[in-house]
Amino acid sequence: MAVTQHHAYLAAEPVVATAADSPELSLAWLLFALPLAGAAILLLGGRRTDSWGHWLATALPLGSFALAVFVLADLLGRAPDQRSVSVPVYEWFAVGEFTAGVDLLVDPLSISFVLLITFVGSLIHIYSIGYMAEDSGRRRFFAYLNLFVAAMLVLVLADNFVLLFLGWEGVGLASYLLIGFWQFKPTAATAAKKAFLINRVGDIGLLVAIMIMFAVLGAVSFSDVFAAVPGAGDGVLLAIGLLLLLGACGKSAQLPLQAWLLDAMEGPTPVSALIHAATMVTAGVYLIVRSGPIFEAAPAAQTVVLVVGAATMLAGGIIASAKDDIKKSLAGSTMSQIGMMVLAAGIGPAGYAVAIAHLIAHGFFKAGLFLGAGSVMHAMNEDVDMRRYGGLASKMPITFATFGLGYLAIIGVPLLSGWWTKEGIISATFGIGGSAGMILGTTVIIGAALTAFYMSRMVFMTFLGKPRWEEGVQPQESPVSMTAPMIVLAIGSVGLGGFLMTVDRFAHFLAPTTGAEIPHFTVGQALTAPYGLAALVVLVLGVAAAWAIYLRKPVAEVAPRGNFVTVAANRELYGNEINEGLLMRPGQVLTKALVVVEDKVIDGAVNGLGATVKDSSTGLGRAQTGYARTYALTMLFGAVIVAATLVVRF
Amino acid sequence: MIPLNTDAEPASFVITETTPTLDWWLLAPFLVVFGAGVLAVLFETFVPAARRRGLQITVASLALLATFVLIVLQAGTIPEEGTTLVAGALAVDRTALFFQGTIAVLALVSLMLIAERRDGRDAFTAQAATVPGSEEERAHIMAGTQHTEVYPLVLFAVLGMLMFPASNDFLTMFIALEVMSLPLYLLCGIARRRRLFSQEASVKYFLLGAFASGFFLFGIAMVYGYAGSVNFGAIREAVAAGGADIFEGGEAEPLLLMGIGMVAIGMLFKVGAIPFHSWKPDVYQGAPTPITALMGSCTVVAAFGALLRVFFVPFGTSVQVWEPMLWAVAILTMVVAAVVAVTQRDVKRLLAYSSVVHAGFILTAVVAASTDGLAGAMFYLAAYGFTTLGAFAVITLVRTKDGGQELGDLEQWSGLGRRHPALAGALSLFLLGFTGIPLTSGFIGKFAVFEAAVAADAVPLVVVGVLSSAVTAFFYIRIIVVMFFRDPEEEGITVVPAGLFTGGVITIGVAATLVLGVFPGPVLDNLLPSSDPSAEPATVMVNEASLEGEGD
Repeated sequence: MAVTQHHAYLAAEPVVATAADSPELSLAWLLFALPLAGAAILLLGGRRTDSWGHWLATALPLGSFALAVFVLADLLGRAPDQRSVSVPVYEWFAVGEFTAGVDLLVDPLSISFVLLITFVGSLIHIYSIGYMAEDSGRRRFFAYLNLFVAAMLVLVLADNFVLLFLGWEGVGLASYLLIGFWQFKPTAATAAKKAFLINRVGDIGLLVAIMIMFAVLGAVSFSDVFAAVPGAGDGVLLAIGLLLLLGACGKSAQLPLQAWLLDAMEGPTPVSALIHAATMVTAGVYLIVRSGPIFEAAPAAQTVVLVVGAATMLAGGIIASAKDDIKKSLAGSTMSQIGMMVLAAGIGPAGYAVAIAHLIAHGFFKAGLFLGAGSVMHAMNEDVDMRRYGGLASKMPITFATFGLGYLAIIGVPLLSGWWTKEGIISATFGIGGSAGMILGTTVIIGAALTAFYMSRMVFMTFLGKPRWEEGVQPQESPVSMTAPMIVLAIGSVGLGGFLMTVDRFAHFLAPTTGAEIPHFTVGQALTAPYGLAALVVLVLGVAAAWAIYLRKPVAEVAPRGNFVTVAANRELYGNEINEGLLMRPGQVLTKALVVVEDKVIDGAVNGLGATVKDSSTGLGRAQTGYARTYALTMLFGAVIVAATLVVRF
Repeated sequence: MIPLNTDAEPASFVITETTPTLDWWLLAPFLVVFGAGVLAVLFETFVPAARRRGLQITVASLALLATFVLIVLQAGTIPEEGTTLVAGALAVDRTALFFQGTIAVLALVSLMLIAERRDGRDAFTAQAATVPGSEEERAHIMAGTQHTEVYPLVLFAVLGMLMFPASNDFLTMFIALEVMSLPLYLLCGIARRRRLFSQEASVKYFLLGAFASGFFLFGIAMVYGYAGSVNFGAIREAVAAGGADIFEGGEAEPLLLMGIGMVAIGMLFKVGAIPFHSWKPDVYQGAPTPITALMGSCTVVAAFGALLRVFFVPFGTSVQVWEPMLWAVAILTMVVAAVVAVTQRDVKRLLAYSSVVHAGFILTAVVAASTDGLAGAMFYLAAYGFTTLGAFAVITLVRTKDGGQELGDLEQWSGLGRRHPALAGALSLFLLGFTGIPLTSGFIGKFAVFEAAVAADAVPLVVVGVLSSAVTAFFYIRIIVVMFFRDPEEEGITVVPAGLFTGGVITIGVAATLVLGVFPGPVLDNLLPSSDPSAEPATVMVNEASLEGEGD
């Protein structure tokens, strides 16, 4: 076993945040203020900013990234238990004992996300300069991207659930705007609406969880809520845990709220890379890890997290294996990988560090894969059907190389980024022990096998084999503004996982915040442990199966009818039908019922009340006769009231 | 009937060995405004008509600006517990200075509205002494005469307003009340358009104001009869000496009770609480809109400043005596005004009722009788003053088709937001501020006064307040709906372009409403010297009997 020794950090014990005392930290608000300013300038500035707006919008997240590096350096300069820093940004008002304001929490967990968001975000801004060059709405696009980055940074930097919710809604809004960016496509408009509606279900879960926290625990800030957890009832914690999970499921496209993610691929590809692969969809994982103390105190909720994660991981893998649309296949893969992170987060302290490490590594290679897909689509006249690709390796060498590195990373070729983190998750899952550990660990290995299969399928169908291009398609390599970010991401895909996992670097960094147990993780152990070998075997099997089906034989240009598994997978495992059955139909019935209630009961009451107010208004208004004598009489009447209330004792 | 020499009062007619020393520095704000007023009268006499207006505006605005600067400078130098002036007649403490500073700024902004001219005409009639519609009037209009007397009148009114919340004895306060009111009565009656309407408003205001002053003066006499002094500190001591419970032993103190009641009536009239509010809708509607703006902001601040001082200092030790009375008035004010406002069709009348409802909200802070409540009321008044000025400035721009008189009929405002989004947006912000939507100054003010009331166990009052807010939200937001979500009327309204002055007022209103809503901290946290939030408010105001020889 790889887990040989535990550094126990006390879980569920909130680290007391110290006050910001360095210039980097007291400027932390600039992290989200810069992109927010960019969004405001581009949206309010209008056409005047058309010529330079995208440069500004690219520079601002880069500025945030630079600042984040300084903040990280500052944090690393502190003792490990001093790295949770509370940064008061703005005190709105303080009246009596009530204070309202905005505070940020800069700690290893939040800064990890900040670095991921600003770095990948900046790369995707750069990529978009080339990708959206021909688009008439480029300024609006960059404004929305900046808005997204700002909202996402608010989400991860918030020191309380309310501010987190504000960021949560902000990213939802940006996601909605960007999925539907090409409004002229009816499919895009529908997809945007769908994403919005399904996310509402999750958001309501999060909102109700916050309400319960406020009502029962009397607090919404992380430190106060977690401090109140030990004294709270089991039922309350279970309810909060499940509702938080519901919120996480909506944003992270986990079962049963996954159906929006595949449709969200209607948005421009940089959006798919940034929002629907690297950052926003991982917000659910962040929420679960951040709320660790709650889940640790509610084991039943934790079990549900494990089940949801495992189920989504398999479902996503199956869907990705059947889709012929390159972006939808990647989206299925995203679902699957996030399912794996959710599963790891459900393990508790032992899984937090690997979950987040996988999240960061995934952010790089999945963004790289999406950008590669976008580059391919650009070359193929925006065609997304892989059955009409093939043989692109020689035409697009840079795209092939970067995509290939991302591919090798995600399927877990030893010593590449994905291998480290995935091995970490497998090791942590088996570390649960007992039959649960065996079942879940085996599930993760099956998930890894699926990954190997669908990703190989994608590479074989796209870059290898014979060209099956449509007529008139003349693929060529994309411009440097697009390939450069892909190269940077590919470098991350190769090295980042190793950097994070060797000598448990990331786990030690994260531990004071999340209360992680640190499993010692070494290359030798991972390679020689039974599950490590098993993972290697399924990797080979998955690639071989894909080779046998998609490379050895020519790929049919029209998808074969397939057996019931592929049909089901192609229909996204009937996710839409399930949603319709579970949410839409009952929702419609409920709406109709509510309309009746509204018309008959509420409207009746409101109208009645309104009419009463109106009648009294007219009645009382009659006292305003316009005659000074009446007014004087009214004053005299007032004098009587004053006298009466002064003399009569209560 | 105005006593010319307050020293003739028996209690203070103790011959002191030296004449009271005058602190010229602390008196300066009053003297500057007074001096400017006197100067303005001289201008009327000696300066040629053509050059008067510019001169008057310059002098008046410089005087108000200087006054504001002086007040700010003084705020840094006065001792924490405050001090008195002119043998205890005027109080100089943080509360008084805050109100005076607010009044100076609001008056300065109002002056911009008053000074605005369109097509060479301001909001005032050419010659108020002519019969409306007469040949003589037409002759004056043709000759282009104008009432630059407006400026000295405004300056004297402002002088009264500066004195009113700073008065430290009842006689000074009465004089301040009259100095403030008399010019306002005149100013209300000199609108350029709908002159009869304006004159009617003026006469009503004067009659009812005189009625209220009568109550006030009789009340002063009663209190003097009880306490043997008109000085606030001395009355406070006398009331405290008589025991907090004046009903003790079944032996009530009728003089004091009657005094409190009648003084209260006088003050509640000025703030326009129900049932002493009847003048407000008629006067607000009839008066020239710039004057309505002046009254809606400065007069309200001054009146509440005085009311707070009266209830907290001289009557501050008998809270349980007047508390039920203010409960009743506050509830009546919040409920009735909100309900009546619902069916108002004219925007100026609507804002008049709105001002009455706001008076009810502020009264909840008076009932709280804590420093927290005092601070809440102070913030509320400042915030409300700016928002009100902005709202009335917008009203001056919406006129009938030919650019004639103002058009207050809300039905005709349909679609205003589509044609003039910036103007309607500004008005919407003011209305949201009145409603108390978060991130506007109105929210902070409301939150502060309600929080103080809750802390003082006046929860039912707050419940009524919140419900009444909900009703007010209905009619405020209805205006926004009418402006933005209805199709524009074909015939009907024009919006005259905002001049530099009016535009400036709207901008200041928007800025204040937002800044005080988003960054209220610097103001909210520094209103009063630090003290226990539930302490008696008199602890942060001048409260000692400061006249030598008092109590003989």
